[in-house]
Amino acid sequence: MTTLKIDVPYMARVEGEGALNIIVENGEIKHLELNIFEPPRFFEAFLRGRSFMEAPDITARICGICPVAYQMSSAHALEKILDIQVSPEIRALRRLLYCAEWIESHALHIYLLHAPDFLGYESAIAMASDPELRPAVEMGLRMKKIGNQLLTIIGGREIHPLSPTVGGFYRAPTKKELQALRSELEWGLEASIKTVAWTATLDFPDFEPDYELVSLSHPDEYPMNEGRVISSKGLNIPVEEFEEHFLNEHVAHSNAVHVYHRDHGSYHTGPLARLNLNLDKLTPLAKKALEDSGHAFPSNNPFKSIVARAVEVVLAYEEAIRIIDQYVRPNPSRIEAIPKAGEGCHITEAPRGMLYHRYRLDDEGIIQACRIDAPTAQNLKRMEDDLWAFVPQILQLPHEEATLRCEQLVRNYDPCISCATHFLKLNIVER
Amino acid sequence: MKRKIKPDVKSKPKLAVFKFTSCDGCQLSLLDAEDLLLDIADAVEIAYFVEARDRRLPGPYDVTLVEGSVSTPEHIEQIREIREESKFLIAIGACATAGGIQALRNWRNVDEFINIVYAHPEYIDTLETSTPISEFVRVDFELRGCPISKYQLLDVITALLIGRQPRTPTYSVCIECKRRGTPCVMVSRGIACLGPVTQAGCNAICPSVNRGCFGCYGPMEAPNTDSLGQRLEALGLAPAEIVRLYRNFSGYAEAFRLASDAYEEKIA
Repeated sequence: MTTLKIDVPYMARVEGEGALNIIVENGEIKHLELNIFEPPRFFEAFLRGRSFMEAPDITARICGICPVAYQMSSAHALEKILDIQVSPEIRALRRLLYCAEWIESHALHIYLLHAPDFLGYESAIAMASDPELRPAVEMGLRMKKIGNQLLTIIGGREIHPLSPTVGGFYRAPTKKELQALRSELEWGLEASIKTVAWTATLDFPDFEPDYELVSLSHPDEYPMNEGRVISSKGLNIPVEEFEEHFLNEHVAHSNAVHVYHRDHGSYHTGPLARLNLNLDKLTPLAKKALEDSGHAFPSNNPFKSIVARAVEVVLAYEEAIRIIDQYVRPNPSRIEAIPKAGEGCHITEAPRGMLYHRYRLDDEGIIQACRIDAPTAQNLKRMEDDLWAFVPQILQLPHEEATLRCEQLVRNYDPCISCATHFLKLNIVER
Repeated sequence: MKRKIKPDVKSKPKLAVFKFTSCDGCQLSLLDAEDLLLDIADAVEIAYFVEARDRRLPGPYDVTLVEGSVSTPEHIEQIREIREESKFLIAIGACATAGGIQALRNWRNVDEFINIVYAHPEYIDTLETSTPISEFVRVDFELRGCPISKYQLLDVITALLIGRQPRTPTYSVCIECKRRGTPCVMVSRGIACLGPVTQAGCNAICPSVNRGCFGCYGPMEAPNTDSLGQRLEALGLAPAEIVRLYRNFSGYAEAFRLASDAYEEKIA
C-alpha cells in the first residue's frame, strides 16, 4: 500500500475543534501535525485589569468539562499571593469537589467518548442501541450523574460551579446535604469497580513509547490539589520552578501553544502519568481493582489510559465517601481575602492532567499578568510524537481502520481543545 | 406561527448541534441530561453532534442548537449555511446569545490581545469582535445562561416535539429568590447583585450561596439598570467595579453594554 489518503476534517468525541494532517510517502512520514482550529479566546489578555476575586469564575469558562480544575488552580495561586491559609475543613471540601469533577469527567470519557473506539461503534448512542451494551452505557451515565449531583451540592451547579472561590466557598454544604448522596456514592463505587474490570477486557494495541510521565506527587495522598512536580525521568521540583523546566512554543499550524520539557521535549500528563507515578498512593479498593484487572502497572501504553481513568474513578468514589463520613462543615466557609501586590503560581491535577496558573496582582488586587498552561496544551506535542511512532505500525491496516486507530490514539489523552486554545480534523495522506 | 415537528412513526425529527467559539459547556448540558439522554436519542435523530458521535447526517435539520459566538471570518459563512439547513434554530448560552466572555475583546484592540497571548501573531486569524449568532442570521429562539440550564433545554426540545410554547421566563432573578425564600443579599447584607436586571432561569443559585448574581443569564426584558446603578453606587461600588460587574459572560448584551459604557465614562 503506497498511496493512501485519509481525510477527517473535524474529529469527533473530543472537546473542541481540531484536525490531524499526516502525509506518508513510500512508507515514510513526510508530514504530521495536529491542527488546532478552535478559535482563540484570549483569556490571558482580558484577565488583565480584572479583580483577583473574578479569576475563578472567569477562568472556569475556559472549559465546560473541567471548570473545577480552573477554579482550584486559580484559587490556590491567588491564595499564595494573599497569604491565605485555608482550614483543614476547607481543604477536605475542595478535595471532595475535585473527586466529583474526576467522576463526572472520567465517566463521560470512558463510556461516551472512548469506549466506542474499542468496541467498534461510532458513538455511545449507537452502543446503547445494542441490547447487550445498553446496560453498560446506562451504568456509565448514572456514574456520571452522581459526580454531577455531588458537584451541584458543593458548587451550586454542575457546569461552572459558583460557590468555590478564593479563600474557600461562598457557602459550605451541611453534612446532611452531603450524606443524602451517600447511598448513590456506594452504588457508584461498586459500578466503578465493575468499570475497571470491564475496561480491562478491551483490546489494547502493542504500543509503549519511552515517555516522560509528569504529574504532581503528594507525600500523604493521591494528588489532586497539591504536590511537587515529579516525572518518570527523575524530575522533582516545586511548582514554583515549573516555568524554568517547561517552556512554551507557538507552532504555525495551531491556535494552541505547545508546552515541552526543556531537557526531554514532549511529555505525558494525565491519568496514565498520575497512576504510574502514584501507585503507592492508591486507596485500598482502587488498588485492589487495578490488581484484579490483570494489567501490570506501571505501563507506558497510552491505550490503557482508559483503565487508568477507571481506577481513578474508583479512587474518587472511595475518597468522596471517606471525606463525607469525616466531614466537618467549614466555619467560616471562606477566609476573607485582603488585596495585596505580588506574584504566585499553582498546579492542580485536572482530569486531563496538570493545570498551571500564574498571576501577578497590583496592591488593589487587580490582575496585571497571568499565564495558564492547560493539560491538553502540555500533551499536544506528545500526541504528535505518539503518532510519529504509531503510524508506521498501522500502515498495513485498511484505510478506515488506520484512521480510527489514529483518532483513538489521540482520544487516549481525552483532549480538551477548548482548554488548549484557550484540537481535531484528521487527514492522513499516503502517497 | 408555531412549527410542529412532532415525530411520526416513520421519521424522527433531526436534531443537530453546532459549536462556534465557546467552552463546550452548553452542549455538554445535553450529555448531562444523563438518564434522559437515551430517551432523547430515542425521540429524535441526533443527526449532527460532533462532540458525541462520529456519524454526521446532512441537513436539513428540524432543530438546530448552536453554541458559541461568531469570532472568525469562517464563522460568518458557516452560520449562514447552518441557517439554510435549519428549520428551527436555537442559540444556546451566553456566547451564542451575547458574544460570551470572549466579547471583552470588543472593547479593546484585538491585535493587542493576540500579542499578549501568542508568540506569533501572524498565525492567528480572528475577527475584531466576538458577537452573538443573531448578528448574522435569524434566530428562532434564544436560551440564555453561562451555562444554560439543562432543564430549560429539555423543556424547549419537548415543547418543539409536542408543539407548545417553551416555558422560559423573561422576568428577573429577584422573582426566583422570592420563590426560594432567599433573603435579598443586597438589602439584608449589602452585597452587590445583578439579580434585579438579570433574566431568571438559574433558580437564583448565587444569592442562595451568599453571593450576588453576576449576570450569567444576561439582561431581563426591560431592565432598569439606572435604578440598580444608583443602588450599587450607594453600596459604595466605584465606577470601575460596576463596569466589571456588567462586563462578564453576557456583558456585550445591549442593556449590560450600555450600562457598563455609561459607568466607564465616570471612571476618573
